Amino acid sequence: MNILKNIFTTSLGKKYVMAVTGCALVLFLVGHLAGNLQVFLGQEVINRYGHFLQSNPELIWPARFGLLTLLVLHVWSAIRLTLENRAARPVAYGVYKPIGANYASRTMFMTGLIVFTFVIYHLLHYTVRVKAINLTGQDFAAFKVPGTVGEHPQHDIYRMIIIGFRNIWVSGFYVLGIGLLCLHLSHGVSSMFQSIGWKNDSYRPLLDKIACGLAILLFLGYISIPVAVLLGFGKDIQ
Amino acid sequence: MNLTLKVWRQSNGQSQGRFETYAAKNIIEDMSFLEMLDVVNEELMERGQEPFAFDSDCREGICGMCSLVINGIPHGGHKGTATCQLHMRHFKDGDTITIEPWRAKAFPVIKDLVTNRSAFDRIIQAGGFVSVNTGGTPDGNAIPVPKIAADAAMDAAACIGCGACVAVCKNASAMLFVAAKASHLNLLPQGQPEKDRRALKMVQQMDEEGFGNCTVTGSCEAVCPKEISLSFIAKLNRDFGVATLKGK
Repeated sequence: MNILKNIFTTSLGKKYVMAVTGCALVLFLVGHLAGNLQVFLGQEVINRYGHFLQSNPELIWPARFGLLTLLVLHVWSAIRLTLENRAARPVAYGVYKPIGANYASRTMFMTGLIVFTFVIYHLLHYTVRVKAINLTGQDFAAFKVPGTVGEHPQHDIYRMIIIGFRNIWVSGFYVLGIGLLCLHLSHGVSSMFQSIGWKNDSYRPLLDKIACGLAILLFLGYISIPVAVLLGFGKDIQ
Repeated sequence: MNLTLKVWRQSNGQSQGRFETYAAKNIIEDMSFLEMLDVVNEELMERGQEPFAFDSDCREGICGMCSLVINGIPHGGHKGTATCQLHMRHFKDGDTITIEPWRAKAFPVIKDLVTNRSAFDRIIQAGGFVSVNTGGTPDGNAIPVPKIAADAAMDAAACIGCGACVAVCKNASAMLFVAAKASHLNLLPQGQPEKDRRALKMVQQMDEEGFGNCTVTGSCEAVCPKEISLSFIAKLNRDFGVATLKGK
């Protein structure tokens, strides 16, 4: 199987893995943001959306396994490539100026690592709902509203988001994590086209602008929720 | 003008290197950087000291032999300029200049500022050629070459193989060199029969030589004395991908 060998053992192949998984994860980020922003449409709307996802295990579990696979492949290729890159220059320069390389492009592994830890915290915080790490003293898993679809009470996502982001440290880490993620994307979204070979001198300026624009839009979209909560959105919720 | 040079000295590939400081006195601003080094070396020889070794050949920016990382930037950081074409007028009296060899596992130091760049030759030997059968001389215009393809191939062929792309890359990646050399032939009709094999073999050899991976920082393009475009790397990625999808 030359195809698999080329993809998983060569330098360019590992970059394809990184680019394709990165692209899929960016699409997830767009979808996730669209879901999250429904919090501004009110308690009923976001809770209905959450219930829709939670009540379809045939959909949500394959999606979760898919995302986990993407993340594992993305991180695996990042670690392999970075180790090879480190090994390629055993003696460092006395003086080194990274001419022509912007900050985002030089810090991809570091921003990726920090975002990875943020993702783990984020999952424990809002998906697994570990009480000890939400810093509010409240148990998010116990937030329920009377069911509108079935007989069982639904999980109150609206209240969880608002109580969760009311903590300045949690919101701060969230903004930091999203900020670094978007810095990562400002380089990654354009680079993925380069890595799969879908770039030339005419596409390049446009792709670079799209990458920056998308990174800024995602940043503003994601941080709008904790910022709104800290500014008083949903203050009637206790 | 008078300058202070911090030069990397290393007696051979096995020994530990170190920076040593030299004074470059009475340097004329119209001198090239290499001529300035010649002056310093002559003074060293007059004093009975060993001159430092550095590579150079044509000294007119077309052979790819000169190297040197000058103040942290290969070839000194002037757009489209190799070290031999860098002039002392870009420096000020009293400046301290740090001079180092290319640093990459695949380019081991031979002595002082001279590195072994044979890895590039082995990459070319792996696929950077067009096989020509024996027989009568073919007619020069028998194969039509589109003007656009000829121009793009010429842009890629401008690569002089100096290795500055590897030297500046934070990952010591040789992608700009390999991409230029593969694209130069892959763009031309004459290069088509061996296109897939070329992309696969050259990348395979590049990996075996221990170069790093491209993270698209763009610093190679910024220092390339021939201003080879990053787009050739995208083309190599594409050619390698197509060859892979064909199961080759």
